[in-house]
Amino acid sequence: MNDLGADAPRIVLDADQIARACARMAHQILEANRGAKDLVLLGIPTRGVVLAERLAKAMADVEGVSIPTGALDVTMYRDDLRRQPTRAVGHTHLPIEVDDAVVVLVDDVLFSGRTVRAALDALGDLGRPRAVRLAVLIDRGHRELPIRADHVGKNLPTSADERVSVRLEEIDGVNEVTIAREPAPSQPAVGRS
Amino acid sequence: MRHLLSAADLDLGQVGTIMDLAEEMSLVQGRPVKKLPALRGRTVVNLFFEDSTRTRSSFEIAGKWLSADVINVSAKGSSVSKGESLRDTVLTVAAMGVDALVIRHYASGAPWQASQWIDAHVLNAGDGTHEHPTQALLDAFTLRRHFRERDPDLQTFAGKRIAIVGDLTHSRVARSNVLLLNTLGAQVVLVGPPTLLPAGVETWPAAVCTDLDDVLPSVDAVMMLRVQRERMSGGYFPTPREYTIGYGLTTARLAMLRPDAAICHPGPMNRGLEISAEAADAANSLVLDQVAAGVAIRMSILYELLGGADDTPPPGAGGGHG
Repeated sequence: MNDLGADAPRIVLDADQIARACARMAHQILEANRGAKDLVLLGIPTRGVVLAERLAKAMADVEGVSIPTGALDVTMYRDDLRRQPTRAVGHTHLPIEVDDAVVVLVDDVLFSGRTVRAALDALGDLGRPRAVRLAVLIDRGHRELPIRADHVGKNLPTSADERVSVRLEEIDGVNEVTIAREPAPSQPAVGRS
Repeated sequence: MRHLLSAADLDLGQVGTIMDLAEEMSLVQGRPVKKLPALRGRTVVNLFFEDSTRTRSSFEIAGKWLSADVINVSAKGSSVSKGESLRDTVLTVAAMGVDALVIRHYASGAPWQASQWIDAHVLNAGDGTHEHPTQALLDAFTLRRHFRERDPDLQTFAGKRIAIVGDLTHSRVARSNVLLLNTLGAQVVLVGPPTLLPAGVETWPAAVCTDLDDVLPSVDAVMMLRVQRERMSGGYFPTPREYTIGYGLTTARLAMLRPDAAICHPGPMNRGLEISAEAADAANSLVLDQVAAGVAIRMSILYELLGGADDTPPPGAGGGHG
C-alpha cells in the first residue's frame, strides 16, 4: 500500500460494498448477541449515527424486530479538547436507559481508538450497560490505546499519513469510502526537521 | 469568543450555537451522573460584589457540572470590605492562576474594566444598571423553547413581539434583553412609567409605550421587571399601589394576554407589586423554566469560553474581544 503517489483519492468501498458490509455486520451483531434481546445501538456523531440507523434497519429486515437506536456525542470527553479551539458539541439521544443493556457503539472509522475511549467514559456517566461492543465500518489500524472492534465492515491497512473518508448518502449525498494522502504535512516527514 | 461582557458581543450565529449547546447541557440535569469532564483542571472564580443567589449558584453549579473548580468570593467578609480597590482585588484573584472570572459589581462597566487588566476570561454576571448578558441568554433560551412548542423549526424571533415592562432606567436585564432580542430579530416594546424610562431610550432598537393595556393584547411574550425597592427612593412613582395599577401584571390584565403568550420574570419577584400571584403561577408563566435554564445556559457559555485551547493574547495586546 505504498504506491499512492498521486493525490487523487482511491475508492476502497463503493455503495454496494458498503451495503453488503452493513448487512453482514448486522447479522454478526445479532449472532454474537444470540438475537436482539437487550440490544441498543448508539452511533457516534456524525456518520456513526447514520451507520447505526442502517444497522438497525438491516436487523429489522432480518429479525423483524426494532432495535432501539440513538446517538452518543463524545466531544466533551475527548482528550484533545485543549489542543484546538472550542469544538462544536453534537447531539446525544438515548432511546432507552442503558442500564443492563447490551450497547453496541457504532462509528465509521476506527483509528487511534481515542474516540472510543471517550465514548466508553461518556457511556459510564449515563448508566451501567451489561456489555459494550464496538462496530465500525472501517478499521484502519494505528491504535494508540488498547481497544479493538468486535464487528468490522472492512479492515483497511493504511499508512499514518493517509486520510480515510467515509461518505454516506444521508449526509454527503453519496455512499463511498475513499483513501488519499494527506494534502498538508501532518507528520514530520523523513529528512525534515 | 474571549469574554462575555455585553449581549451585543454576540452575533446571531453565536447566540444560536450557545442555545443549541444549552439544549444538550440541559440533558445533564436528568442524568444519574451530573458531570461532564470538559473543563477538568480549569478554575472559575465567582467574584460577587453584590448579593445574588440564583446567578451565583447557577454559575457555581454550571462550572461544577463541567468539572471545573469553582471558588466563590463575595465582597462581604473579604478584603474588599477592608478597602481594597477593584483593581487590586481582580489582580490578586487573577494572580492565583484562575481561568475565568465571573464578576457581579454594583458599578456599570466593572467587568469590562477587569477584562483590561487580566488575561483570564471575564464573564459579566450583572454590572450596575448596565448589562446582565447571561440573564438575557437564558430568557431567550426559555422563550425559544416556548415558541418551539408550536413551531419546532423556529430559528429566529422574526415576527415575534415581546414587551419588557417596568423599571427600564435601572434594569440591566432590560438592556441586555433589548440587545439580544434585537439580534434574534424580535420586535421589542418597552413599557414603563415616563419617570422610569431612561434618557436616550429613543435610540434603543425598540419601541416605547407608556400604556401597558395598549400593548398586552398584541404580544407573544411579556417580561416583567422587578421593582427594585432599594433604588426607589427618588420619587419615581407615588405609591407601590399606583405602580401596580398602572404597570403591574394583575389578574385582570392576565386576561388581556393571548392564551399562548409567555410570561417571564427574572426574579426575585415582588408578588402583588409588579406581578400578581395568579400571573406568576399561570400555566404560561415561564418563571421556573427561566431558573432551570440558567444552569444550562451558563454551562454552555463556560464551555464556549473555556472548552478549547488557551488563546491567551500576547501581553499588552489589550482587550479586543469578539
